[in-house]
Amino acid sequence: MDFDLMITSFPKLLGATVITLKLLSASIFFGLFLGLFFAILRLNKNIFINKFAYGYSYIFRGTPLLVQIFIIYFGLGQIEYLRTTFLWIILKEPYWCAIIAFTLNTGAYTSEILRSAFQTIKPGVIEAGKSLGISNKIIFYKIQIPIAIRQSLPAYGNEIILMMKGTSLASTVTLMDLTGVAKYIISTTFKPIEVFIVAGGIYLFMTFIIHNVIKYLEKKYSFQQ
Amino acid sequence: MELLAFGKTGWGDELFYATLMTIAVSVSAMLIGFIFALIFTPLKLSKYKFLNLIGNFYTTVIRGVPELLVIYLFFFGGSGAIMYVASIFGYYEYIEINAFITGSMAIGIISGAYSTEVFRGAIQSIDKGQFEAAKVLGINKFGQFYKIILPQMLRLAIPNLSNVWQITLKDTSLISVTGLVEIMRQSYIAAGSTRDPLFFYSFAAVLYLLLTYVSMKFINKLEARYSRGY
Repeated sequence: MDFDLMITSFPKLLGATVITLKLLSASIFFGLFLGLFFAILRLNKNIFINKFAYGYSYIFRGTPLLVQIFIIYFGLGQIEYLRTTFLWIILKEPYWCAIIAFTLNTGAYTSEILRSAFQTIKPGVIEAGKSLGISNKIIFYKIQIPIAIRQSLPAYGNEIILMMKGTSLASTVTLMDLTGVAKYIISTTFKPIEVFIVAGGIYLFMTFIIHNVIKYLEKKYSFQQ
Repeated sequence: MELLAFGKTGWGDELFYATLMTIAVSVSAMLIGFIFALIFTPLKLSKYKFLNLIGNFYTTVIRGVPELLVIYLFFFGGSGAIMYVASIFGYYEYIEINAFITGSMAIGIISGAYSTEVFRGAIQSIDKGQFEAAKVLGINKFGQFYKIILPQMLRLAIPNLSNVWQITLKDTSLISVTGLVEIMRQSYIAAGSTRDPLFFYSFAAVLYLLLTYVSMKFINKLEARYSRGY
């Protein structure tokens, strides 16, 4: 055990954690909206819209995240037309490519979580809203969405933790996130166990925090208060 | 399309063998995972606090740390650990472990943590009477677990195990960082030499979709077979 290495690498790894957290928060933020959007499409009665939303979630849940990042980072740059548009400013940056890939990925899982939450809402709740003369739009935004969010909190918490682990793939497109820096230190010092303990500890700490925040929110928004 | 031709001109045969490699790694990782699950599930359910602690430590750490980090640990630390053990027995030559073994072990340990959770959940949902009946019949602890509980548990565990299988299958793409030529690595090589990454990575995505689709069909059949008594 090389404790000196563990102590000297800790600040470096902590610095890299900032990038991990930035990637995570950005992709979770955009992914939630994307997921909500596709969950609503899934509930649409039009078969084409429905199939489109299903296809999106099927493709992004059925392929590895690594493939998705590589297609966006290495693949899209190949299209000549894209290079001439303003999109290229975003797509040439590995940082934004990673965020786009993570957002699309977590959006697919989030849409499934929200869809099942919407479907488990008791019809009586919606009927009660209707009988009170509340418009369909307000029933959706003020009744269905809050219940669905409450319903999906445990599964969504898991998804956030999975996404946090997913951000480690950013290191494959040259970003120096927590895993990227950990790999760099391992490959220069050949002390994998020490670095793993420190980097893994930081990841576990983040998992612990996310887990407890979700638990707190679950309690706060539970039906029995 | 000529990019996918078989033989020397295209990448068809290379990608075909790479797909077989992905399947081989996934299957062996899943089996290694089962072995880990069979060791750690009893620990997690044990009434001794210390054994509980070991079981919980395994599942918490592996499920809370990114897969890629575990793979790096095995990739960089695997041969060092083996050499250390060998040095105790007086063997000091350099030992290099095969990328396939390193990869399957790394993914296997990850998949094992998920399988452990699935098994634990399945065992806990088995009727208590089954345990009591086994005890009354005087079957020993080992027999109780492996002959009575395990067969019943498998039926309950299959739907969740199919999720674990999907995760494992997708995780094998991460082994490409160690240089093992599976779908992802082969696509990387092909994309590099033809300068056509969009095509090859999209094709890799199609291959993964195909694998998940086919395995889902297979698992559904398996599920139907195991629940035929119900």
